Amino acid sequence: MRLAILDKGHSFGTKALFAFIRLVTRQPTAEIIKLIGYRPDFFGAYMKKVTHEAMRGSSAWSVGDRELMAALVSRVNACEFCIKAHTAVAVRAYGDEPKVAAVLSDLEAAPISEPLRATLRMLGKLTREQTVGADDMRSVLAAGVPPQQIEDALAVCFAFNTINRLAETFAFAVPGPKAFEAGAKFLLAHGYR
Amino acid sequence: MTNIGQQRKALTERILDGAGTASQSERQAAFENIGLAEPVKALIQKVATQATAVTDRDIAAARASGLTEDQIFEIVICAAVGQSTRQYDSARAALDAAISKE
Repeated sequence: MRLAILDKGHSFGTKALFAFIRLVTRQPTAEIIKLIGYRPDFFGAYMKKVTHEAMRGSSAWSVGDRELMAALVSRVNACEFCIKAHTAVAVRAYGDEPKVAAVLSDLEAAPISEPLRATLRMLGKLTREQTVGADDMRSVLAAGVPPQQIEDALAVCFAFNTINRLAETFAFAVPGPKAFEAGAKFLLAHGYR
Repeated sequence: MTNIGQQRKALTERILDGAGTASQSERQAAFENIGLAEPVKALIQKVATQATAVTDRDIAAARASGLTEDQIFEIVICAAVGQSTRQYDSARAALDAAISKE
């Protein structure tokens, strides 16, 4: 962590909670948890609500689809922590590691539906170029994605473009696969609340 | 459909208008990525457009310029939310334009 306050500045109650989580998971406290848990009244509590709604709110996209979107956005932003975290959740949600790996290595050839592919392509462009135009959206609509679902995808994009930037700026430590597995289990059981 | 409108508004209002250790003008400038002075300008530019390029030195320079860690925490968050907001608004406008011409 580049800020000491994010390592050590938490309230007593939050530190106790972190200690309990470490005991149960047998993993160090994930740095995203440290970020969200620091002065939650400024940012964390608000961001959790945005993220939970985007990732677990009622949508025609499955949880796996949305975790895959998060992993793709994170991949475009080259945020290793987030790529690994959301790849793990997507793999667990879908029960299909090759599908997730295929999307992240070659979207155009991946064994997914055209609506999902068109949506991921648009999210990738938005993340890379900071903007998309009406023609980009027409392509997604033409692939059969209703406007509601495009909006749902944009919600995921908003959440992860925010978190990716914070993870990189604050230099989140990237733990090993077991930590991401534990995180994926937790996120599938509880979401982002 | 999901609907993050309300939560997004609450988040943005909290970080920009609510109590903080950084001034509201600093937080607004970081959100917009406009009107900042060096070295914070360079840090925020990276946060917004290439966060993987942020280094320990960038943070150290911001501290040396007089900002506390809490102030850095706040303005970095504002910068991240600001850039995501611009992306999101661009995309929503594009979607509206695409639908209205159908």
